[in-house]
Parts: sequence; C-alpha cells; structure tokens
Amino acid sequence: MFSLIRIELYKIFSRIRTFIGFIAIGLLVPLIQVALFIDGETYIEFSLQNLKEAFDFQGNLLNGYLACYIILATLYVHIPFLITLVTGDLLAGEAAGGTFRVLLTRPVSRTKLLFAKFISGLIYTAALIFWMALISLLLGIAIMGTGDLIVIKNTVYIFAEDDVLWRLLAAFGFGLIAMWCVASLSFMFSSFADNSIGPIILTMTVIISFIVISAIDLSLFRVVKPFLFTNYMGSWKLFFETPVNYDKILMSAGALIAHIILFFGIAWYNFKKKDILT
Amino acid sequence: MEKQPVIEIRDLYKSYKGFDAVKGINLTVYKGDVFGFLGPNGAGKSTTIRMMMSLIKPTSGEIRIFGKLLSEERESILRKIGAIVEKPDLYGFMSAYDNLRLLGKMSGIQPTHAGIMDVLELVGLKDRAKSKVKTFSHGMKQRVGLAQALIHDPELIILDEPTTGLDPQGMVEIRDLILKLSKEYHKTILLSSHILNEVELVANRMVIINKGKVAIEGDVKELLNRDEMKVTIEVSDITKGVEVIKNRGLSNAMRDTAGNKIILHISQNEMAGINRALIEGGVDVVSVVPLRTLEEYFLNLT
Repeated sequence: MFSLIRIELYKIFSRIRTFIGFIAIGLLVPLIQVALFIDGETYIEFSLQNLKEAFDFQGNLLNGYLACYIILATLYVHIPFLITLVTGDLLAGEAAGGTFRVLLTRPVSRTKLLFAKFISGLIYTAALIFWMALISLLLGIAIMGTGDLIVIKNTVYIFAEDDVLWRLLAAFGFGLIAMWCVASLSFMFSSFADNSIGPIILTMTVIISFIVISAIDLSLFRVVKPFLFTNYMGSWKLFFETPVNYDKILMSAGALIAHIILFFGIAWYNFKKKDILT
Repeated sequence: MEKQPVIEIRDLYKSYKGFDAVKGINLTVYKGDVFGFLGPNGAGKSTTIRMMMSLIKPTSGEIRIFGKLLSEERESILRKIGAIVEKPDLYGFMSAYDNLRLLGKMSGIQPTHAGIMDVLELVGLKDRAKSKVKTFSHGMKQRVGLAQALIHDPELIILDEPTTGLDPQGMVEIRDLILKLSKEYHKTILLSSHILNEVELVANRMVIINKGKVAIEGDVKELLNRDEMKVTIEVSDITKGVEVIKNRGLSNAMRDTAGNKIILHISQNEMAGINRALIEGGVDVVSVVPLRTLEEYFLNLT
C-alpha cells in the first residue's frame, strides 16, 4: 500500500497542474500581506471606528496574526478550487488519458488502487494547507510582527498575543478537515467522469450552491442546512471565541468526517464495478 | 506431449445496454502459441481482450488463465500477463524510463536500472530512455507500450492491434519482435489484428471472430494451405479460355467470369495442368491470382 501511495504521489507531483495551487497561494498571500502592511491601518481604523469612541486601543493591532486571520477568512472559499484541480483529476485524468488500461491491468486490486489515490489526494490537500499556513504565519510575522488579535463577530474578542498562535494552528487544522471533505467530493465525482473538467466544475457548483443555500435564511433552507457539509466548513471561526465551544467544533468535524467517508464509499462502490471503456 | 492450455474462454458474453458485443466466444490458447486473434473492426476483439484483462466484467461466461479462474484469482493471473490494450497510452509527463519503473513496481517487481534499459533496448528505445513520452511519435509510443508489457517478464503477452498506425518498417520491426519473444524467450502470445497477413506471418494458431462470434479457429498452416483454392485467371481471350476449361471437364469448378477473368474453385495440383492447357489452346495467361480460402473468408466477413 505504501508503495502504491508513493507511486501516486510521484505522479501527482510530476505534473505542473499540481503546483498551480502552491504558486497561487505563494503569490496571493504575500500580496494580501503587503497590501495590509501598506494600507492596514486604514482598514483597522474603519473596523474599529465605533469602538474607538468607547475604548482606547494600544499596541500593535496590525500584526502577522491579524493578517493570518484575514487570509484564512478571505481565501477559504477559493482554496477548494485549487484542491479540485488535482483531486478531481485523480481518477478522471486516468480515464481521459487512457492510462487506466495500463494501470488496472496490473496485479493490484481496484480497492487498493482507489485507496492509494484517495490518500495521495488527502496528502496533497494537507501539503497545500500546510503551505498556506506556513507562509501566512511566517511572512505575516516577518512583515508585521506579532501582537494581540482583535476579532469582531457579534461581540468583540481580544486575544492576548500569547493566546493566538494555537488558535490559528487549530483553525488551520480544522480547515484541513474541511478541505479534505472538498477533496473527497471531487474524488467521488472523478470516479464517475472520463474527463477532469467535469468533476472540477461539479464540485465548485455544489460548494457554491450549498454556501448560497446556507446563507439565505428561509424556512425551507433551514430544514436542509444541517445536511449540507458546507454548513460545517466555517466552524474554524469557533476557535476565535471565548470560551471555545469544543462540542460544536467536534460535532462539525464529525459531520465533515462522515461526509468524507460517504463520498469515498460512493467512489469505491462505483469504481469497483466500473467497466473501463476509455 | 499434451499441450498445456494458457487461456481458456468458455461461452463468453458481454452486453452493453441491449447491444451484444460478444456472443458466446469459446477459444483456447496453448503454452508457446503465437495465437492470432483476427476479426474486422467492431468484431468484439478488444471487448474480449478487455474482459481477459479484467478491465470490463463479462455478462456471463468463464475465463481461465494459467488454469485459474480470472474472476477469483485476478491478481495472481495478472502478475504473469503483459498487455497492450488498444492504444498504448502511458504517462506523457514522465519519461519512458520512469513509466517503466512505476509500472514495473505496480506489477510486483523492483525494476533495476539494467532491467529497464534491457527492455528499452529490446524495443529500440534505449537512447530515448529519459525523454518524456509526450514527445514520442506514434511508433515510439507503440514501442514503449510494448516495453511496459514486457517489463515484468510475463509468461503471457496480449497485444491488441500492436501495429496500428505504424509505417511498414515499424510493422516489420514489431513483427520481428513478436517472433523473437516467441522463439528466443518462449513467451505465449495472443496477437489481435484485423490484418490477416500480419497474423499469417507470425502466428501458429488463430481464430477469426465476427459480430461477437467465433467464425473459424485452428492451425494457421492448415487453414491457409487447404487443398482447395480459389483462383482468378486473367486470359487474352475469355471465350477460348472458358472453352479450354470446359474441355478439361472443369465446368463445375468455374465459379464466375468477369471481363477477361475466370474464377475457378480447384484443387492446388490442378493448377499447373490448367495453365498448360490454356497455353496449348492458344490462350495467353496474363495473370494467375490465388484467392486463399481463408483470405476470402475474412474478406467476406468484412
């Protein structure tokens, strides 16, 4: 199994499209950070204008932690696209390229091969999120230093400098589970398709549709909301509350993991009985 | 010594949404055979090969390879088979060398550098080992496709139309390679083709399938060298020519006439006498073209 995973990872990282996500994040994150460094004070002034009448804010409010939080919130919706570029191609790309004919005529069971591909897709996703976390934090701290983090939701949360890093790391950790769910969805679509464009478009369509349904507060949508995995993807923000609602975080993580298992299960069932005609 | 069956197919069917692609194929390939698997395009050759390679599941029927049921012992069977199924598509973004290394590993071996280079040399691609497959011509892709089928030293090699799209030189080279694999490396080979001549030159046994059914199966020499043959004789004077043939008592053997051509169905040893009689009767023989029974049979299928 490890040998199969190594082979799949080698294939993934031998392709240029794999690095599109890394390059995009490598360009976008520094761009946002430099923009924040140049114009961040105005941004903070605007955000805190009502509060400044009642409170006196001191210290380095525009810091690497805040930049990292903003990046997490901003890029969260766009990262799935970068993930599906690779995970949506894992099975459909083999079908489109005709390489299933050499791959599935090897003495390896379809289940093992599928599992190796799935794990490789999860490893790629983890590498992308790790890369995002790494440059968001390191570059942010290098440019703007550290400091307390102010988060404004329904109320204002102020986290001391030494209480922020673990929250950010936990948020990235939870974000990884959410992105694994996206990867699993595109992997499932990939098992049905004979070209990789279909799974990418389908995955993005599902995510956007579900986010829209979750955002509109209508009674009909409220009924289906608990069943939409996108509803649980934003739970990383719960790490930036006091006290942290761990029950809700665990419930969200559980729902996402259940979806991952469901998507993989459907992909496995389909792939096992699929006739290779391409 | 009793021949040892390597592939045994019994009552194999495959249907796609109401269309019967394969309708009860039976065939046996023995150890050491170069077995021609002939049929026109769309006859069901590739579907049968895909079922043999477990790429698609039969609707019904049984495939035994090396005496084992494919449906039960797929992995141990595939370990001993190398195949090209239709186009030899490999990973274009990788070199020929890396493709072979990866596919060798997936075949359950640890390919050595020397082993990979030996196979590449066998197919004439040693100099392009490190070139990416996407830069290869069609002929080179066919060769690297053949290399991936050989990398794990299989006992049985299944080649589905391996010369498709090749120039005449390429076709000769692949044919020579098949003969080498059979004679020097003692491989059992199933060669699918829609070109009778290609099979005739390398195979010892063959089957012709058409519309999903076996039309004829047997020893290539026996099938091609039957005593009876059809022949087209082009003569200078068709009236005189027909008269000479009738005078020899061969009216029943005459199948047709077209222009200055007479089509006869005769035994091989009668040909020399007919030729002599025509010349002695003052009829010039412009050409004699034999239509072997099998070739005509194959043409009738298409």
